[in-house]
Amino acid sequence: MAGEVITRNRKQAGGGFIPVGAFQSASFQRAFGRGILYLIAVSSSAVFMFPFVWTVLSSLKRGGELFRFPPTWLPEIPQFQNYPTVFEIVPWATWTWNSTFVAVVSTFGAVLTAALVGYSFARFRYPARDVLFILTLSTMMLPVEVTLIPLYLMFAEIGWLDSYRPLIVPSFFGGSAFLIFLMRQFFMSIPIDLDEAARIDGANYLRIFWQILMPLSIPVTATAAVLTFMSQWNEFLQPFIFLNTKSKYTLAIGIRYFQAVAGFADDTEPKYHLLMAASVMMTAPIIIMFFLAQRYLVQGIVMSGIKG
Amino acid sequence: MSTEAMTSTRSSLPRWMTNLRAKEAIAGYIFLSPWLLGIILFIVGPMMTSGFLSFTRYDIVNPPEFVGLKNFIEIFTKDRLFWPSMMLTFRYALIVVPLSLIGALAAAMLLNQALLGTTWFRTFFFLPHLTPIVAAAVLWGWIFNADVGPINHWIRTITGSDNAPGWFRDPDWAMTGLIIMAMWGAIGGNTMLIFLAGLQGVPQELYDAAVVDGAGIWAKFRNVTLPMLTPTIFFNMVLGIIGALRVFAAAYVATQGGPAYSTWFYALHIYTRAFQYFEMGYASALAWIFFFVLFVFTYVQFRQSRRWVYYAGEVD
Repeated sequence: MAGEVITRNRKQAGGGFIPVGAFQSASFQRAFGRGILYLIAVSSSAVFMFPFVWTVLSSLKRGGELFRFPPTWLPEIPQFQNYPTVFEIVPWATWTWNSTFVAVVSTFGAVLTAALVGYSFARFRYPARDVLFILTLSTMMLPVEVTLIPLYLMFAEIGWLDSYRPLIVPSFFGGSAFLIFLMRQFFMSIPIDLDEAARIDGANYLRIFWQILMPLSIPVTATAAVLTFMSQWNEFLQPFIFLNTKSKYTLAIGIRYFQAVAGFADDTEPKYHLLMAASVMMTAPIIIMFFLAQRYLVQGIVMSGIKG
Repeated sequence: MSTEAMTSTRSSLPRWMTNLRAKEAIAGYIFLSPWLLGIILFIVGPMMTSGFLSFTRYDIVNPPEFVGLKNFIEIFTKDRLFWPSMMLTFRYALIVVPLSLIGALAAAMLLNQALLGTTWFRTFFFLPHLTPIVAAAVLWGWIFNADVGPINHWIRTITGSDNAPGWFRDPDWAMTGLIIMAMWGAIGGNTMLIFLAGLQGVPQELYDAAVVDGAGIWAKFRNVTLPMLTPTIFFNMVLGIIGALRVFAAAYVATQGGPAYSTWFYALHIYTRAFQYFEMGYASALAWIFFFVLFVFTYVQFRQSRRWVYYAGEVD
């Protein structure tokens, strides 16, 4: 399929040499093929987008409308007040703040320290560096389950359970192998002559990092920050294990709590329409962030994955 | 002897240079130190602790009591959920990962056709990947609703019968539901973007040469595109399988491991033993078995990869 592009280019380039009739039938075939490709692209877009559309539409219905048979697409009267209602029946504002706080602080710590560690791997020569780098990469394959129980016990021992420290503090120790790898790869693409010139001018290592490399690394830093923020925002297992108090929940576990109670009609009717509104509100910031950072993000993801 | 060697190196190099080397090394270690400390505190230390705990009975309240291999023996002989959960976790991973890789490659190839509106299609494909897993589990729970969900409505309309799967309520269908949900998030995700970049990086002259040799679309795909992408496929496969074997949040939120333990994934098993029953020793043993299995499985994949992964930059 990918090769088709070339075939097309060839035909366009060599169009003058091909008899007119043959060209026409080829172009018909090509148009037919393109038509099918468009059909596939549009229909698969519809499949991918359908759950979103359904969720948004459901979030604007009245509670009972969701149980109608056969199901309806559009809400009879869009119920925009469903969204504020979520804030009334669960502490949604608090949870949103908690998620934001945890995600922002741990992203800051992770990106900053990952950049420092990446700088070390990219620019310094020292014994065991390459071994340590391979060790770093291999931690990507370590299942968190193996360390979770001792971490839980450790945090219990020092009285950190039911606080945000277990979610935030570990981020300040290099973030993750993935981030370190991302930063190192980028630093390695910056010519070392810049460092050397700065050194001759008397800059120390920290200054080179902060005033030469970091300003040149804004795109990759942005990518790292957005990816970390997203994964922290979405993280379920750790907050689920480390947090107990309802008012300390992050959105990921808050929405699960909401889901668990939404089915039980404690007063009037099931709250699935509100649950859908909550899902939309949890997803929206991530999607907005993606659109703002799209250009960098795609580059960053590609850069991190292209070298196996 | 070694002292001699050292003095001779030192004397052969100017003094400022060795100093510079040492300075560089020290600075390097200083910048590395957060991560080194992190590895010790949050990875190596805990791993050793859980290794130790796996030979004990530990309920948090009382101090750990050494029981030898008792946990492991119990897991392999008495734990009625151990083998089923291990098996269904692998079954899940071995379905989700290959299918999502194939899907991602197909999607990337579609986006590589220079269609009008490709940026839009790419965004539409990618958005599911951005949805938080918990939110995805919640919304798919509703879409898969057996009675009033849209999917079952369509199934009933198309088949004309009232028999539609119960999805997350049905032991025979819950796993399929989770697989569909996972594919929805994975196909258009990072893997697709990486494939897309990989496709654009395949040298044009390889295709030209293939065309000269009379290759059709399939032959070009089979003999040029696919081999050039093998490093990417391998990378995504290894990390994808590890990620899929660890599935927790999706299952916990959508099905709670049910119905009838049909989605009782291994991570759920560890979680339940550790944080519901507080059998920390037993759960550590479960976790170590998991780690060992993952390690062997990944190692085998690396060994196998020499046969089929082609690195264009490699001399050999």
